[in-house]
Amino acid sequence: MEDAIISVRNLHKWYSGVHALKGVSLDLKRGEALGLVGDNGAGKSTLINILSGVHTADEGEILVEGRPVRIARPRDAMNLGIETIYQYNSMVPTMSIARNLFIGREPTLFSVFGVGILDQKKMGSESIKAIANVDLHLRSPDALVGELSGGQRQGVAIARAMHFKSKVMILDEPTNHLSVKETSKVIGFVRGLKAQGVTGVFISHNMHHVFDCCDRVVAMARGEVVLDKRIEETSIDEVHNVL
Amino acid sequence: MKRLFKTYLEKPELAGLILLVLLVVIFEIRSNGVFLNQDNLRGILGILPETGLVAIGVTILMISGEFDLSVGSVFALMPMCMAVLMVEGVPFPLALLAGLVVCAVIGFINGYVTIWFEIPSFITTLGMLFIARSLTIVVSGGFPPLLPADLPNWLFTSFVGPGNMFRMSFLWFAGIALLTSLMLSRTNFGNWIKATGGFHPAAASMGIPTARVKLACFVLCSMLSGFAGMLQVLRLGSPLPSIGEGLELQAVASAVIGGASLAGGIGTVAGGIIGTILIRIIDNGLVLSNVDANWFKFAIGFLTIFAVVANAWMRKRAKAIKMEG
Repeated sequence: MEDAIISVRNLHKWYSGVHALKGVSLDLKRGEALGLVGDNGAGKSTLINILSGVHTADEGEILVEGRPVRIARPRDAMNLGIETIYQYNSMVPTMSIARNLFIGREPTLFSVFGVGILDQKKMGSESIKAIANVDLHLRSPDALVGELSGGQRQGVAIARAMHFKSKVMILDEPTNHLSVKETSKVIGFVRGLKAQGVTGVFISHNMHHVFDCCDRVVAMARGEVVLDKRIEETSIDEVHNVL
Repeated sequence: MKRLFKTYLEKPELAGLILLVLLVVIFEIRSNGVFLNQDNLRGILGILPETGLVAIGVTILMISGEFDLSVGSVFALMPMCMAVLMVEGVPFPLALLAGLVVCAVIGFINGYVTIWFEIPSFITTLGMLFIARSLTIVVSGGFPPLLPADLPNWLFTSFVGPGNMFRMSFLWFAGIALLTSLMLSRTNFGNWIKATGGFHPAAASMGIPTARVKLACFVLCSMLSGFAGMLQVLRLGSPLPSIGEGLELQAVASAVIGGASLAGGIGTVAGGIIGTILIRIIDNGLVLSNVDANWFKFAIGFLTIFAVVANAWMRKRAKAIKMEG
């Protein structure tokens, strides 16, 4: 498929004897919002961890924009434009918003062997812009992330991914532990991805959330893809039945 | 105004700083003005660099989320290695270099074992505490070697400055404190240290080489401790194998009094230094105030607990101050 931004072919992964992924193949089309659903242990997280460089596949192939790639580290994924927002929150609560936005990719005034003086002015002004771009209203980029609500934190994480011009944003159960109001905010973020030309992968236990903001739904069970349909061609009941 | 108040309440070293000012005033009154006179300050400033450098290393390592109990033993081992080498005719600069390499290797082993075998650093470095102390005595052969006469004391221990106020060691200390403080607050590496200790999964998922960051902190901590030990040996003029005993816990106390969190992620170099100064002036001030010197450890213990409780309370207060928007 020529318009696939990411294709995975026949991915296998074993965890100390457990066959967690049994030959998963999937095409992710440019600009679509894909909902990935499945029970615990179905292999969703394993697939996502492989795409984001946390784990590597034992077998199989990953193509980004048609080219075979190797994703051995989180940094490799980021360099390919794949950004992941985790359920446990990818923010350091004891650090400020501005510092969190640039973790691992800090702008420096000059550097020697990758270590250098932070460009704090740039970090401040760019984080204000990045936060405003996702329609998040926060008083100051110097506030500690630990003081933000769960929804605001996910908003900052999404702002970070946007700021670094990611092409594919993977949201791993971003609505867990969030209030109803905050959840709808995060779902709003996911809907907003499309407008910005970002491809989204939205992982959730909650079928309603997926049907609320995705174009296509992929269901996984026991390490395999068991359903792959466009939202309008399927229903919550059908997805439930295959799980 | 409210913003300013909140910002200051959030500073981890604030509790230590307030205690420091209070104690200085109390000791100055209780000692009838002896405490802040030039001779006494000179005495305090002469010893401060030795424990202060250790505290800086321990504080930075704690911010990265790890712990080092072997600093007191490394404090003794490094100058002992140097002394033995110099007795064999090795010139001072080479011996210094060799000593620092020994420290770096110990720090590397501490870090490597902790990270790759996923052992709590408390255990790894507790083991290293015994190993390094034992090596110190083995290397010395039971008899502390005599230091050669032509040591570069002018570079490390001589008194300098207005009224001969400081030893050279203080300038080393001030320089290293400034550099490490800037490293922590102004460089991307400092950002990585705080992120690694603050929330490891987030740091790792953002592509920070957390293992290497921690390893660097272990090595830095050991090297600072060894260097501090050398300063003490040059001041005393003899490499005793027993120096630095109990220093590891004093250093942790310094870091904690200065606001560093045992859980990692929170703390400053300035805080660690404030903690060290507090301990030093209590040591000194109790004597000048005619208090039985055996109360020293009581005071340190009380202060450690009190500072942590005060810090936790202030952080809670700061959080409770809601800002508009």
